Amino acid sequence: MTETLDSLSLVGVYSAMAVYTIAFICFTLDLAQRAAARTKVTKEASERVLVSAGTVPGRHPIGHAKPEASADAERSPISKLERVGFSLTALAFAVHLASVILRGIAASRVPWANMFEFAITATVIIIGVFLAVQVWRDLRFLGAYITGFATLALGVATVGFYVDVVPLPPALQSVWLVIHVLVAILGTAFFALGAALSVVQLVQARREGRGTAGPSWLQRVPDAETLENLAYRVNVVGFVFWTFTLIAGAVWAERAWGRYWGWDTKEVWTFVIWVLFAGYIHARATRGWRGNRAAWLAIVGFSAVIFNFTIVNLFFKGLHAYSGL
Amino acid sequence: MSRSSDTVTDPLRPDDYVGSAAPTVNQPKLGPLGYLRFFWRQLTSMRTALFLLLLLAIAAIPGSLVPQRSADPNGVQTYYDNDVELARVLDFFQLFDVYGSVWFSAVYLLLFISLIGCVLPRTKHHFQALRSRPPKTPARLQRLEGFRTQELGGTDVAGAVASADQVLRRAGYRTERYGDSVSAERGYLRETGNLVFHSALVGVLICVGLGGGLGYTGQKIIVEGQSFTNTLLAYDSFNPGRWFGEETLNPYRIELDSLDVEYEEQNLNAYGQPLDFTANVRVYDQGAPEGVDSTIKVNEPLREGGNDIYLLGNGFAPTITVRNADGDVVFREAVPFLPQDAQLTSIGVVKVPDGLSEQLGMIGFFYPTASELETGALASTHPDLRNPVLTLQLYTGDLQLDDGIPRSVYALETDDMTQLTGRGTDIESLVLAEGDTVEMPNGLGTVTFEQVDRYVSLDIHRDPTQGWVLIFAVLAVAGLLTSLFIPRRRVWIKATEGPDGGVRLEYAGLARGEDPGLERAVADVAERHRKALEKPGA
Ligand code: HEM
Repeated sequence: MTETLDSLSLVGVYSAMAVYTIAFICFTLDLAQRAAARTKVTKEASERVLVSAGTVPGRHPIGHAKPEASADAERSPISKLERVGFSLTALAFAVHLASVILRGIAASRVPWANMFEFAITATVIIIGVFLAVQVWRDLRFLGAYITGFATLALGVATVGFYVDVVPLPPALQSVWLVIHVLVAILGTAFFALGAALSVVQLVQARREGRGTAGPSWLQRVPDAETLENLAYRVNVVGFVFWTFTLIAGAVWAERAWGRYWGWDTKEVWTFVIWVLFAGYIHARATRGWRGNRAAWLAIVGFSAVIFNFTIVNLFFKGLHAYSGL
Repeated sequence: MSRSSDTVTDPLRPDDYVGSAAPTVNQPKLGPLGYLRFFWRQLTSMRTALFLLLLLAIAAIPGSLVPQRSADPNGVQTYYDNDVELARVLDFFQLFDVYGSVWFSAVYLLLFISLIGCVLPRTKHHFQALRSRPPKTPARLQRLEGFRTQELGGTDVAGAVASADQVLRRAGYRTERYGDSVSAERGYLRETGNLVFHSALVGVLICVGLGGGLGYTGQKIIVEGQSFTNTLLAYDSFNPGRWFGEETLNPYRIELDSLDVEYEEQNLNAYGQPLDFTANVRVYDQGAPEGVDSTIKVNEPLREGGNDIYLLGNGFAPTITVRNADGDVVFREAVPFLPQDAQLTSIGVVKVPDGLSEQLGMIGFFYPTASELETGALASTHPDLRNPVLTLQLYTGDLQLDDGIPRSVYALETDDMTQLTGRGTDIESLVLAEGDTVEMPNGLGTVTFEQVDRYVSLDIHRDPTQGWVLIFAVLAVAGLLTSLFIPRRRVWIKATEGPDGGVRLEYAGLARGEDPGLERAVADVAERHRKALEKPGA
């Protein structure tokens, strides 16, 4: 029974991966196509485009969100390819979610007790957050990044991290496994989106700095300042989740290991990430650091999250030896 | 809008805060006091805080690369064994004690001094702001965020202003009337949250420091049927904090009845994996001299006498009896063996200083489920007791117990001893099943493997500030949530007489910090105001 469900779950993960890949191709083609379309338009009416692209660098007083309308105004209408890519992402998400749940049923516990399970669950939540965030703001231009990320993460997880279902060791049998890890994944999901926004922001800022049209797909995305505000809001949510992770982890460590904080390698890195993002929030409020530098901090922060999950889990010695490998 | 009228209600920020007016560049000549003030300003600037935060992040990293004495003393020893020179250099830079090192402490102490220096004036300022009035209505609202107008009939200017005041108050604003306009501000909680957050971090730091100094941690191994009394001498190892006093050891006694272990039997991928450990204990204290039954499990510590008692390890303790050539018992003890692998192959040491013709040392291997490999060597294939076998290598000579240097009970210095059995000698190790007795070589006498029991390894802690750390941490989260998600904003409503007898109303807002929802909020206020005016008395 357990093994049947588990193999079914694995088939689901592979299928989701395939669909994510197709979605990724759609999103990428869409960006490329926009580029081509833009080039044509630029030739025909270069002046008009330059004017519309040149209006961007906002000089708004701090803290003022740019009026929403202006952010969307120069955005081209949603293309067919993008719509297909988005629907495929939603479809893959459904399959993916089902396989994660199957894995949980197969194991009769939450499906995030080893690296493989953590990876498939984290990816599904990252995609879930990406889909959900669209209700708040249209961030579909991150589709290529997000589906690419999901494909890559699932690929690494299935090839490198796969382990059979095994019961939980006593140290992991705790409600805190559910809380602590779930919150950490949610934090990671928001940081993933935030980092993507910051990357686009940096590219966009460079384009705006040069005052040229630049890579044309960039004209599809909001201006650098809007991106920075979006990234900030997303990252701040991630930061709150991460703070919870830190505290829940300490509470759990107290119960399982007899001390709430012991500078175990994983604790060190969770702390480092927390401090980095506190730095990011400060950078946003420090003269000379708002903008590009703050964006870099967000990217470094998310890189540390990835590093924490991969390198630290696999190669660093510590109490968090739950990769299952 | 003039800044000066704002300064009272604006949250106070360091000079290099993005929103602050640029600092004056021309520095007057500085006296000693001036320099002090200058350095203080530097230390409490946003840039310094940011720099120190990033420095803290970087400074924490080495501790994850190099083993730390507190968490992994054996790892440190390995460094010393492998490369003494390198280990000495690392030790010189305190890299084996990163989190207690001078440089790490310097970074976080500076950061917290900066934090306090930043938070104190802000708190004072915030208290003033809480008692002051919202600022004057700017002359020209149309420059501000979310500006909109509407004209309403059926009321006059005074009525419109009164109702505006009411609408804003109901929406949680603090209001002040200036002529025919209302100035309103809300979200003071944002700054309160920020201050609570930063102050709570100071609280966490202080409590962590106090807890480390006042508390202690100790370890104790208890074999089934034996007990532990909470006194200093009874601990196997004990690490007191700086201000530890022996009077904080509450007298109680814990007796281990049994340790129940459950193993996976169904799932072949995890066959033999332990699923559950339950230590059944009886606790005797002043409240219950006759004892109370209780359990300790992984993830479910026992809280007793101000201590937290954790089940952190377990293993087997074979009871070994040694008789001399005359048949007199010279040693009988349940000896805890240290597990070496998941199948609980374990190693233990027996030292028999007296009663035999020579001092005797034994290094024992214990296999809970012994089976013979093709090479003829033994191995354990399951962590439970299915075929317990004990093998012993004997050494005679000086146990070096009398030279005053403390020796680990888990290690035997064999360099100066003569090996009698085991690899490298003609005689094979002694092999005993439960209940067996065998002769030792050289007519030393006999060894008996009487029985085997489980033992638990308990960590016993006292941390009097632990609860406070949690309280401050929760406060920090509460402060964080308020300060990040409660918008601080100002809204103005101005009424003028309209051209055709009605009232012309202007609305506008101003964000103080991140406030993506400001425009909607202004629109919302306008809408509510219209509704309030349309059905007067509501
Ligand atoms: C232990 C070190 C510190 C940590 C972890 C930390 C963390 C944070 C966080 C998470 C925020 C955003 C949430 C909020 O507004 O409450 C924040 C805001 C802020 N912090 Fe800190 N902080 C630290 C030290 C300092 C220091 C030393 C200063 C003074 C120079 C400072 C000044 C500020 C200010 C002015 C804000 C408001 C920023 C804004 O208006 O957007 N912080 N800090």
